[in-house]
Amino acid sequence: MSDKNGKPKVAFFDFASCEGCQLTVVDSLQTHLDLLDAVEIVQFREAMTEKGQDYQIAFIEGSCTRESDEERLFKIRDQADVVVALGACAHTGCVNALKNIQPSLDEVREYVYGDKAEWYDTYPARPISAVIDVDAFIPGCPIDREEFVKVVKNLLLGKRPGIPDYPVCVECKLKENVCLLLEGKPCLGPITRAGCDAICPTYGDGCEGCRGLIPEPNENAMKDVLDEAGLTVKEIMSRMTMFNAYYQEGQVAE
Amino acid sequence: MSTLKVNVHHVTRVEGHGNIVVDAQNGDIKECRFEVVEAPRFFEAFVRGRPYSELNHITSRICGICAVGHSTTSAMATEKAMGVELTEQAELLRKLNFHGETIDSHVLHTYYLVAPDFFGAGSVIPLIEVNRAVVERALRIKKLSGDLCAMIGGRHTHPCALVVGGFSHTPTEEELRAMRQRLVAAREDMDASVELFASLDWPQFERETEYISLTKDDEYAFVGGTIKTTDGFEYPVEDYKTVTNEEMVPFSSAKWTHHNRESYMVGALARFNNNFDQLHPRAKDAAAKLGMEPIVTNPFLNSAAQVVEMVHCVEDAIKIIDELLERGIEPEDPAPADVKAGEGVASCDVPRGILFHHYAYDDEGFCKDANCIIPTNQNMANLNHDMQELLPQIIDKPQDEVRLTLEMLVRAYDPCISCSAHFLTVEFV
Repeated sequence: MSDKNGKPKVAFFDFASCEGCQLTVVDSLQTHLDLLDAVEIVQFREAMTEKGQDYQIAFIEGSCTRESDEERLFKIRDQADVVVALGACAHTGCVNALKNIQPSLDEVREYVYGDKAEWYDTYPARPISAVIDVDAFIPGCPIDREEFVKVVKNLLLGKRPGIPDYPVCVECKLKENVCLLLEGKPCLGPITRAGCDAICPTYGDGCEGCRGLIPEPNENAMKDVLDEAGLTVKEIMSRMTMFNAYYQEGQVAE
Repeated sequence: MSTLKVNVHHVTRVEGHGNIVVDAQNGDIKECRFEVVEAPRFFEAFVRGRPYSELNHITSRICGICAVGHSTTSAMATEKAMGVELTEQAELLRKLNFHGETIDSHVLHTYYLVAPDFFGAGSVIPLIEVNRAVVERALRIKKLSGDLCAMIGGRHTHPCALVVGGFSHTPTEEELRAMRQRLVAAREDMDASVELFASLDWPQFERETEYISLTKDDEYAFVGGTIKTTDGFEYPVEDYKTVTNEEMVPFSSAKWTHHNRESYMVGALARFNNNFDQLHPRAKDAAAKLGMEPIVTNPFLNSAAQVVEMVHCVEDAIKIIDELLERGIEPEDPAPADVKAGEGVASCDVPRGILFHHYAYDDEGFCKDANCIIPTNQNMANLNHDMQELLPQIIDKPQDEVRLTLEMLVRAYDPCISCSAHFLTVEFV
């Protein structure tokens, strides 16, 4: 996977997102400046002028939200040996998919853009894996800086990135936090993929599910627990869709 | 026949996707504009039906750079609607968190995005070879400001502990003391930053416009206040629409804003021009070294005003920590919301300028209507007017130089297109 100088060429791309995950990548240099000795970044629009088209690893931030995004995604897939979904927008659709569960996408466009709505091309937001094959993903909104570095190291060694498939509760217990559900605060820790070091519960705020769900989550039991914590049905459904609207809808309505 | 065509597709080193389009023949300018081509995300539409407690955590995701700004403004609008009063400690922590983000955003913009243009580099990366000490300084300031945000909000961007009613977590006295020490040590980096940016050869260009920001009686305003303009107007934030007057323009589909003139400018330079007297003495010294005194009308110096604000924010952060330590910091729960139907408008002056969030809630606390007006939007008309006045002054220069100067002008505005994307986009030529 490496080039003449021995360094694999890496490119970063963005679609509908807040670009916070790419900024987290930039911030990882604060503690890991030596990453630049291991790879050559050939394209990173947010941080550099150069736009190299020759790359082996592509990191993609953002959701696919319109027809023209698909073309760009196909091109990246054609070029790259390895495609990595960077962050929740690319991995799960993140909050972008909240528009998918509004009653009508046409009404959504009109609400924001009035009588000029037809100028704004959009369709239901989807993770990039709904459009192209993805080799690896880094969950979270935003991604965890250390997890990003770990994934890069694994990819360079030709290994699969070890993303946890156990729930946030495991990490929360290891931190010896008092369970927020016992205090009547809503938390999706039992069904959400770990790897964030249970950051939200540790800071007193229940898990919102930004890293996506674990394989085979027991959602009904989760809903019962939230019911016991005192949430109304409307509040429970809201919590379940906040970061996982795309998943909860099963598939997006065309 | 001399033809000048500049078409910069997806301007780099800005946050989001935008294009510069110039078409001129024999000095006759046919097209000259900056277009925004980001995919729209529709936040105002999809927050409808969400419970009040989610709003600031969802709208935080409008922008990865000014997440604290969006989250704070959003929480304040909800707090107004629900009649929530914050404790003094929570108010101080909000301001301290805000300073962290302002320093973070300004160091990113001035060092990583703007400085490479002055060194003929495509990014900050080659500067590591040329001047490693400067890059390491930038990384150090960035880490300090990110750690300051994380100490209060739980993480650097998208603060989880920032909730309606205050914070779900309180930093400890030890954490505050350690952070104070690092801020004091950062004075050296601030001095060096002022020296570096004072030595740059800033493009000479003047165009007077109206500068709009928040203002407060007792401090240099970032969190809340009233709206002030250099043309002598003042309004409560509830009257924001009197200021923003959004309009559609015939040759592009971008929504522009105007107030007393054809356009206005928001951001560090606008705050500097309106509230200079309230800057910390060290920040005023920095301004003197950068050759700035209000009213500054060179938009390129918006980046220099950001350097001045970094100095101010470091000093004010130290002052706020001293205040917190003096009163004694105690863990406290967020103030409870009295869930009821209502409406709230709030405004903060985020790194790129004045930001408004406006919500209406139903009697169960679910959002009925939302409106967010973003600084980058408010700057679009002014940036385009600047480009149109600047271009004739530089049109005889080589094409590459024209392109670079126009790109530098766009970057000076520090546009945050991800933020603006739920509002404006422009058709391709």
